[in-house]
Amino acid sequence: MIAIDLLEPYKYEFFRNGLLVAVIAGALCGLLGVFVVLRGMSYIGHGLSHAVFGGAAASAVMKVNYFLGAGIWGIVSGVLIGRISRKRVIGADAAIGVVTTGSFAVGLMLLNRYGQAKRSIEAVLFGSVLGVQTADIVAVSAVAIGVLAIIVLGYRRLLYATFDPEVARISGVRVGAVEVLLMAMLSCTIIVTMRVIGTLLISALLVVPAATTRLMTNSFARMLTIAPVVGAVSSFVGMNLAYHWDTSASGTIIAVGVVAFAVVYAVGGIRSRSRIGHLHV
Amino acid sequence: MTESIVRFGGVSATYGRILALENVSLDLPANGFVGIVGPSGSGKTTLLRVLLGVMHASQGKVTRKSGLRLGYVPQVESVDWNFPVTVAEVVGMTRSAGRWWPRTTDTERSEIETVLCQLGLEGLGERHIRELSGGQQQRVFIARALFHKPDLLVLDEPTSGVDVSTRHEILHLLVDLHESGVAIVLSTHDLNGLASHLPRIICVNKGVIADGPPLAVITPEVLERTYGAPMQVLEHGGMPIVVDQLEHTISHRLRGSGQ
Repeated sequence: MIAIDLLEPYKYEFFRNGLLVAVIAGALCGLLGVFVVLRGMSYIGHGLSHAVFGGAAASAVMKVNYFLGAGIWGIVSGVLIGRISRKRVIGADAAIGVVTTGSFAVGLMLLNRYGQAKRSIEAVLFGSVLGVQTADIVAVSAVAIGVLAIIVLGYRRLLYATFDPEVARISGVRVGAVEVLLMAMLSCTIIVTMRVIGTLLISALLVVPAATTRLMTNSFARMLTIAPVVGAVSSFVGMNLAYHWDTSASGTIIAVGVVAFAVVYAVGGIRSRSRIGHLHV
Repeated sequence: MTESIVRFGGVSATYGRILALENVSLDLPANGFVGIVGPSGSGKTTLLRVLLGVMHASQGKVTRKSGLRLGYVPQVESVDWNFPVTVAEVVGMTRSAGRWWPRTTDTERSEIETVLCQLGLEGLGERHIRELSGGQQQRVFIARALFHKPDLLVLDEPTSGVDVSTRHEILHLLVDLHESGVAIVLSTHDLNGLASHLPRIICVNKGVIADGPPLAVITPEVLERTYGAPMQVLEHGGMPIVVDQLEHTISHRLRGSGQ
């Protein structure tokens, strides 16, 4: 029976745990991805996920809690990128490149020198969605609730600072604090999802659902509602397909997201195509 | 004498080691309508930034009237027109600081509609900002600044990149706002189309070159000191009209060559 086949993976606890974390991670990345895409920061998602790798390696070597070590490292990297970018001498892209590749390189050297480099690097790069532990579920859920609360309560300031930072500052919004908060949310999201979907694919999950949603609506509020749904559904469908097709879970999740983007793009027609030309992705 | 709402006392401002503004002293009265003119890089935008408080003076002092509310209208070229935001959302943004409730309240919605009506944008609140004409787009950002109920409205190049009809529309709107009691300061490159219509012009090039009504300020001597290029000034209907001598020379040469 097809129905029984479809339900087969749910017999396994590792699959149920992996699915839960992947769906929450998809929704979380989709939500924050709205800011990433609209701020033209797609590369920051990619870069921060690499920067966090340095923190993960350092915390492993120093035997410090992974979330603590990678968290501090990620937030410091994000703030550094923000500060260097604001100087406007070398530009945001170069700032991201310098900080994140430097951080990644330090992590690589630490693992080469002190750790099991190959195994750790593969785990970080590609994730291990089927090896989810209770700590991962708790961490992803906690970050998701925290990020949701911050975005709901700070919605107006986040919107203003994203759309028009200079005028927002004049109107009394603490734009610098908003940027640090956004970097902190991004870093925390990357840290808790990194072990699940891997650094190489985090940036895709931070961009693809939000970009797909941008093709569907002209409203910022609706983007914040729809993008997490697109991210969560991509993760749910991707996880199930990965089980049945025996493919990489993280790769399949992103492939599903890209297919969704392609479908929306095709269905959207000329109007969507004119919009994508101006998208900051 | 009208009360001063902003006073610059010997203000200088720098970007790193580059001096952008030097020893500027001026008063902006509560009923003022002032145009800041000068060439690119002369310090017009810096002067506005110092006035708004987003940039600090490296020397001198800026004194603002206590509780002064400022409204700022940026250049439309700096706006991301593809950002997913409606007209009503843009106007409501100015009340973001200190607000924790994400949804627009009924009172705010009603106030937004009132401001939109005031600026001739009634019924356009739910439109995406890109779906408006050039004049309407500029009005949306003026509406956003007015929603803050400012005492002083600051506009950076409000007629930059707009056609003649939109320029007239914006100028009439600014005159209406000024008559309703809002003080206005704007920067502009547009000497004939905008600056010469204003009651007071300040010519800047690092420092203040001249300050006064158009007929007193727009003179060949002041313009040459401000722009570093010779210009002719004609008078028509009590207003100065600036003729760029270089353009005149070029057209004369082209006519002479038969082209």
